[in-house]
Amino acid sequence: MSTKTNIIQGDIKKRIDTWIANYPEDQRQSATMPALRIVQEANGGSLTNDLMDEIAEYLGVPPIAVYEVATFYGNYNHKPTGRHSINWCNSISCYLRGGEELRARLEEKLGVKPGEVTADGKFSIKKVECLGACGGAPMCQIGKDYHENLTEEKLFKILDELE
Amino acid sequence: MVYQNENCFRLNDQERSYDIDVYMANGGYEIWKKVLAGELEPAEIIEQVKASNIRGRGGAGFPTGLKWSFMNREAPGQKYIVCNSDEGEPGTFKDRDIHRYNPHALVEGMMIAGYVIGASEGYNYIRGEFWEPYQIFKNAIEQAREAGLLGKNILDSGWDFDLHVHLGAGAYICGEETALLESIEGKKGQPRFKPPFPASYGLYGKPTTINNTETLASIPMILAKGGKWFNDLGVKNAGGTKLYSVSGHVNSPGNFEVRMGTPFKDLLELAGGVWQGRKLKCVIPGGASTAIIPAEKALEMNMDYDSIANAGSFLGAGSMIVMDETTDIVKVCRNLSHFYWDESCGQCTPCREGTGWLMRVLDRIIDGKGRPEDIAALKDVSGKIMGNVICGLGDAATIALTSAIDHYEHEFMHYVEHGCSIFDRK
Amino acid sequence: MVKVEINGQVIEAHEGDMLIDVADGAQIPIPRFCYHKKLSIAANCRMCLVDVEGAWKPLPACATPVTDGMVVRTNSPKAIASQKSVMEFLLINHPLDCPICDQGGECELQDVAMDYGEDVSRYTEAKRVVGDKNAGPLISTDMTRCIHCTRCVRFGQEVAGMMELGATGRSEWMEIGTYVEKSIDSEMSGNMIDLCPVGALTSKPFRYTTRTWELKAHQGIAAHDSIGSHIQVHSKNDKVMRVVPHENEDINEVWLSDRDRFSYESINAEDRLTKPMIKVNGEWKATDWETALQVAIEGLQKAVGNDIGVMASANSTTEELHLLQKIARGIGSENIDFRTRQVDFSADAKGFHTPGLATAIADVEKQDAVVMVGSYLRKELPILNLRLRKATLKGAKVIAVNPQAFKFNYDLEQIADDNGMVANLAGLAKAAADAKGDNDALLANVTATDTDKVNAEALINAKNSIVMLGQIAQSHADYALLTKLAASLAKNTDSELSILPIQANEVGANLVNFLPANGKNAAQMAQGMDAFLLMGLEAADFTDATQAGQAFKNAGFVVNLTAFDSEEARQYSDVMLPIALFAETAGTFVNINGNKQSFKMSVKPQGDAKAAWKVLRVMGNMFNLAGFDYTHTNEVLREVLDNRSTTLALAHLDAEMVSANNDSKVVMVAPYQMDAMVRRAPSLQKTPDANVATMVGGQD
Ligand SMILES: Cc1cc2nc3c(=O)[nH]c(=O)nc-3n(C[C@H](O)[C@H](O)[C@H](O)COP(=O)(O)O)c2cc1C
Ligand code: SF4
Ligand code: SF4
Ligand code: FES
Ligand code: FES
Repeated sequence: MSTKTNIIQGDIKKRIDTWIANYPEDQRQSATMPALRIVQEANGGSLTNDLMDEIAEYLGVPPIAVYEVATFYGNYNHKPTGRHSINWCNSISCYLRGGEELRARLEEKLGVKPGEVTADGKFSIKKVECLGACGGAPMCQIGKDYHENLTEEKLFKILDELE
Repeated sequence: MVYQNENCFRLNDQERSYDIDVYMANGGYEIWKKVLAGELEPAEIIEQVKASNIRGRGGAGFPTGLKWSFMNREAPGQKYIVCNSDEGEPGTFKDRDIHRYNPHALVEGMMIAGYVIGASEGYNYIRGEFWEPYQIFKNAIEQAREAGLLGKNILDSGWDFDLHVHLGAGAYICGEETALLESIEGKKGQPRFKPPFPASYGLYGKPTTINNTETLASIPMILAKGGKWFNDLGVKNAGGTKLYSVSGHVNSPGNFEVRMGTPFKDLLELAGGVWQGRKLKCVIPGGASTAIIPAEKALEMNMDYDSIANAGSFLGAGSMIVMDETTDIVKVCRNLSHFYWDESCGQCTPCREGTGWLMRVLDRIIDGKGRPEDIAALKDVSGKIMGNVICGLGDAATIALTSAIDHYEHEFMHYVEHGCSIFDRK
Repeated sequence: MVKVEINGQVIEAHEGDMLIDVADGAQIPIPRFCYHKKLSIAANCRMCLVDVEGAWKPLPACATPVTDGMVVRTNSPKAIASQKSVMEFLLINHPLDCPICDQGGECELQDVAMDYGEDVSRYTEAKRVVGDKNAGPLISTDMTRCIHCTRCVRFGQEVAGMMELGATGRSEWMEIGTYVEKSIDSEMSGNMIDLCPVGALTSKPFRYTTRTWELKAHQGIAAHDSIGSHIQVHSKNDKVMRVVPHENEDINEVWLSDRDRFSYESINAEDRLTKPMIKVNGEWKATDWETALQVAIEGLQKAVGNDIGVMASANSTTEELHLLQKIARGIGSENIDFRTRQVDFSADAKGFHTPGLATAIADVEKQDAVVMVGSYLRKELPILNLRLRKATLKGAKVIAVNPQAFKFNYDLEQIADDNGMVANLAGLAKAAADAKGDNDALLANVTATDTDKVNAEALINAKNSIVMLGQIAQSHADYALLTKLAASLAKNTDSELSILPIQANEVGANLVNFLPANGKNAAQMAQGMDAFLLMGLEAADFTDATQAGQAFKNAGFVVNLTAFDSEEARQYSDVMLPIALFAETAGTFVNINGNKQSFKMSVKPQGDAKAAWKVLRVMGNMFNLAGFDYTHTNEVLREVLDNRSTTLALAHLDAEMVSANNDSKVVMVAPYQMDAMVRRAPSLQKTPDANVATMVGGQD
């Protein structure tokens, strides 16, 4: 059986293979999470059923096992995201330090709600739980980077500087 | 005076403290070399760890020396040492800084622990969002490998050890140790029912020891200076130093490494005191899963297991969430409930069904649509979750809420009776 | 042994047994949903929480091993409080649509709620609604009712060996299902219907037909493969409404193949023949039994002395087959056969070897190595395949020599290349012969590969091993040679040799000698006869269906005992006698282990149809044959009870090595084409196993 997509090749395949080698030989399933992350990145920030099928086939696990993982963990997206996905911490320490109000300002500025993508495809907002940086509350993660001790001014400046 | 940075954070004031040369210039990897040279036997290490009285820093506070002694080093077959760096409990952010400032202490701690339990492979489970800490840790592994401290037949000792990373992907529950193992196996992070415990059936079904980052990173110093030294830093039932993450309504939030038993007042002062000149209302002392302690009691307690227990809560992972007098406790509870509802793995009935119930009732109360019986319902539903679930998450979902109702029932009542917060009074 | 006290009662138990099993043994009730004795422990529903002295919180009985001196209360206030709590949580998001739910009357949730549920729930928030996906023709889903016990998921992973359902998402939005729109294709899928404690997974064919309390249950034996699974036939007003497994640990445990579960649909098929029919001047006329039988007997009597072919389906009962061969021999015909899918009959020269499994079905789990020769066992004998799967999970090595690789649901080594089955099996046999220093002349020019040597070694070292020949081998042009090679391999590796009976009563057919001792075999008969007496057979049961159909057409006279009316049967028959199907008759099937399993009639035959053994009894009498005065199937059975199976020294068959690869000539049969009944079960016909192409290619 061959899958509908063919994203696991070249560099992507190499990266996934490195992760497969990170686990015992007979435990290819362990590479499900890194494979999902790498494929999601390569696909512009989200996954599709066909991509998950391809991963399942590549790792030799049933597709449903991959769907389970891909829908259990919060960092996998099943809807397109913006080029910069803003993961906004919603949890207690950030809340105590004005995280909600600041998010409201962010939504206003970008004109989108959590789960939506700006018209130019540049940004999307996602509400997430504590990112383990509560000392820098309020904070968010954009792409891979943490931005802490945010104020409206600081946040908007960061956004403006992004490509 | 308050003693600071005697253990995991001892290199924090140095430039590039994450580099192996800095670590080694400060005595790093000396213990590892002694272990490999056979100068420090596994049994002796366990004795020292027991003497240090260190209890697991991941939240449960299980004595580490005892945990290690459950493993049969000589039993044939693969065994694993696993480090829990999933750090997702709201209010907790200490393990991130260990990775950033002292990754080699963790590498060395994992290698020693692996040696003691007979594990030639280790995995550090780092939450996926910790990209920067992950990069630093990966670099540390490479440096250790280049220095010949990691790999096959290390320093001609005949001992092999390899260290890997597994990255999480956004699921708090993976901090629960068996969910974490499932996650490394490439599955959903659903806690396993225990027994069997990981020491007999762990990663890939093999005997496994799981420790928190701070626990493992403390091992090199414990062995360098002796278990007694460590124990004596702390107080009864709580040896050594502890990293406290202080967040919320303080002037200078952050991590503080102080001795066990340090008065809460002193810790609060280190964090710059309550912000905006306000008064303290209450603290959550051990991360979102622990009970709220009102100011009067908090200001009298010390930062150790027994003292916090006396104040009616739990030291947990040492995550102090500080709230000032203007804090609406009902909204705090709603925020916490949302967290547990969002993060429940969903497998057991009371947690899957109950966390959402709690959240919805709180939502409704805050929406001004509360009913007098709602408060009793919150307590009742909490009681029905507590103790009836597989893992600590379900229980945790009820703890702060129940304590909030105990201490601040009038705030809940105000919502129910007036449809608005007690702080909305004009 | 340890002593445990439950509710004051002291019980002896094995240390480590789960509390729930110990309590079950002592008939102390503990409510449960996720627990199932055939599945792994999940401990996720929390319904079985009990009060254990010394534990601060209640413990799940399904996951708590007993220890000596343990004191347990299943009904203390603490235990009851926990159980009620869990029940309340289960009900808050349950639709409580019992009046329109098919599970009504046999819903575990409903039952437990009677005891532990409160009347009114205080839950006033919005209830969860879950969207449904089409899960295929056999299973109907209503996932809003799901209580997330994961029994169905674990069944797929652990028993069916095919993970089709999963639990996606987490927390409250965790959903059981296929995630994408996809049919559930396992050949064992129906078992999930039984496992599901609520009405989330129900039988699609059964859906909305009956309320379960209106059903009458009858014990039965499944009629579509040689396992002889124990079943219950559920009927209402003499109509079969569904078939479910009946527990029998030695045979089918608690499982049933989809074929045996859903074939009943054909009992109620529209093309059932309900009246005796005769052809008068080329026109079909319904008539009464007397007339029809008269026409049949007269026609056959005219043919006596000529070539009369007597053939029957191997899904017929032992009694039916015995009587039919008795008639055949009574009127002087030795042309008796049921092996309609066999092409190589050369082994018959040495006599007939009764097929069967050399070990008990359950002991297949204990095998260390098994060689399958020409078998897609998973589809041929699904229950046996489950047992073999369990053996592989314990480390057994399975080798399959087949014309092509199939999608087995366990790890095995498939030898299926262009060399063909004969050469591949010969290589393996040669390696075994070499290892044992056996100069088997048959293998003189064969060379063993390194792989053959490794495999032969594994077989030799195995404590328990079997070499089995399946359906594909039996319809192979070189069947005798394959048998001989297999026998050689078995001998040199000290393995049991088993020719697997496939259909329900092949063993019974052998026992009553429904075989052409001195007459024509099925293939020869299919080339043309003067007259035919057929029972339960259609042209589609033959390897070359066209040829068989032609032979019937060309015959001077054809008496057809059949349950179904069809255009084709009308073309070639002269008399059609309506007979009962499996749930409509009493009789006996002899299974793969030679167990004679008798069953009673569950429902009356449709229309004027009669049990075939009764029809044959009358025919015997009309032929004036002696010994046809039976009043009960028992009397028929008694006549053959002492018949013993015959064993041939299969290593001594006359067969020479061939160099040709005849694999491509094998006509494979899809499981739902095996007999006239399954071919008429509409729901089965909608699945991938309804034809060879999708069976082989369609699924993982
Ligand atoms: C819901 C839940 C979340 C947890 N999260 C963490 C975590 O993020 N980090 C951690 O070290 N331990 C966490 N734990 C505790 C671990 O299960 C385990 O006790 C700990 O890693 C053991 O290490 P220690 O003995 O060194 O503390 C969590 C437990 C529960 C029930
Ligand atoms: S308590 Fe909650 S998080 Fe823990 S296993 Fe049960 S459902 Fe999962
Ligand atoms: S569908 Fe049925 S068997 Fe499957 S998890 Fe839901 S309730 Fe359990
Ligand atoms: S609460 Fe926002 S990072 Fe922890
Ligand atoms: S039956 Fe024990 S927890 Fe479900």
